[in-house]
Amino acid sequence: MSGFNKIVKNYEEAIAGLKSGMTVMVGGFGLCGIPEGLIKKVSESDLTGFTCISNNAGVDNFGLGLWLNKRQIKTMIASYVGENALFEKLFISGEMKVILTPQGTLAEKIRAGGAGIPGFFTATGYGTPVAEGKEVREFNGRKYILEESLTADFSFVKAWKADAMGNLIYRKTAMNFNPMIATAGKITVAEVEEIVPVGELNPEHIHTPGIFVQRVIKGNFEKRIEQRTVKK
Amino acid sequence: MTLTREQIAKRIAKELRDGYYVNLGIGIPTLVANYVPAGMNVVLQSENGLLGMGEFPVDDKVDADLINAGKQTVTAIPGAAFFSSADSFAMIRGGHVDLTVLGAFEVDQEGNIASWMIPGKLIKGMGGAMDLVAGARNIVVAMQHANKQGESKMLKKCALPLTGVRCIKKVVTDLAVLEIKDGAFHLLERAPGVSVEEIKRLTEGKLIVSGDVPEMDVN
Repeated sequence: MSGFNKIVKNYEEAIAGLKSGMTVMVGGFGLCGIPEGLIKKVSESDLTGFTCISNNAGVDNFGLGLWLNKRQIKTMIASYVGENALFEKLFISGEMKVILTPQGTLAEKIRAGGAGIPGFFTATGYGTPVAEGKEVREFNGRKYILEESLTADFSFVKAWKADAMGNLIYRKTAMNFNPMIATAGKITVAEVEEIVPVGELNPEHIHTPGIFVQRVIKGNFEKRIEQRTVKK
Repeated sequence: MTLTREQIAKRIAKELRDGYYVNLGIGIPTLVANYVPAGMNVVLQSENGLLGMGEFPVDDKVDADLINAGKQTVTAIPGAAFFSSADSFAMIRGGHVDLTVLGAFEVDQEGNIASWMIPGKLIKGMGGAMDLVAGARNIVVAMQHANKQGESKMLKKCALPLTGVRCIKKVVTDLAVLEIKDGAFHLLERAPGVSVEEIKRLTEGKLIVSGDVPEMDVN
């Protein structure tokens, strides 16, 4: 197993090699399924100038909101940033470049990037500001725009269970963007709730096969809830 | 009488059919889930990665890993499935969702919709709305007919940045049910007690009225 023990002991090892100016993808939808400890560790560093790709940008003072606080993000690629007052401020002032990307297009750009596909045509965004400057092609009488794929220097994902070989299983809707992001990073780091012995995960149930994952770290999660909604 | 948000949702619920997979947006569309007719089964898709969304959980069953696209805690029905965002938008973009209900700031007589940005005022991002309007076979827009100042939101041409082009065929407002085709709004139904004249007055785009326009059933 020597070459296949991907477990790292601490967050220093987990983010080793991360440099200012790199492109970093971060899994999660809102605060659900985010690699909390990895985000926090990076926020405690002096690294800056990231191109950050993530569906959302956290909330004020939690998740990627921590990177915003320290102005560590130069360019943000996201689909929805509504829960974050600081984000809107940095966006409107022009302090941070923001590329708003439709959610499904974002998911597919990342999926394609991880799968070695440089671009694809989609009807999403045709005729809207999203289509500006993009090639338009007609297929069967309908117009589509060319979207280019995305890859990253580092991908940070959150999973439920992992083994030392890097196989991952996600839990419920905490899966979201994590499986695609895991495939699209040169170095993918998975922060997980539980590490189980190799052989314990049912191979038929693995969401992300270990080939996509370079490092695994056992994390501690607060799992903050944005909209706690209960039945009356 | 103009319709309440709940009445708009009730009217839209009449568009549901047994066996439909349905995606409901945030706001009035979410309320549609409360008015699924008895005996009818529909499965709700939430674009963050859940097919088979259930009601809100009781307090001790709240799970941070189980939320809907509005980031609210929810439950999953028996037979539900979880999947990635890529699979979720394969369902949406691939035309597998039977009905999509969403809100809007403006729609126009060509079927264009603006729902995600007010320049200089509101920049939150489009989320999944552009994918939903591009992919859905069957879209119903739930919205107010006009703003509080009486300015129509049923326009000749949308002024705000678009979410999608020529994709909207049906709108349910607090005043009317409209079909959009051939470059015009066609008045199908009116809210109980609301006159055709009033709807005409509050519709900026071309409005076609043919014959007697029935009142909406919102019971």
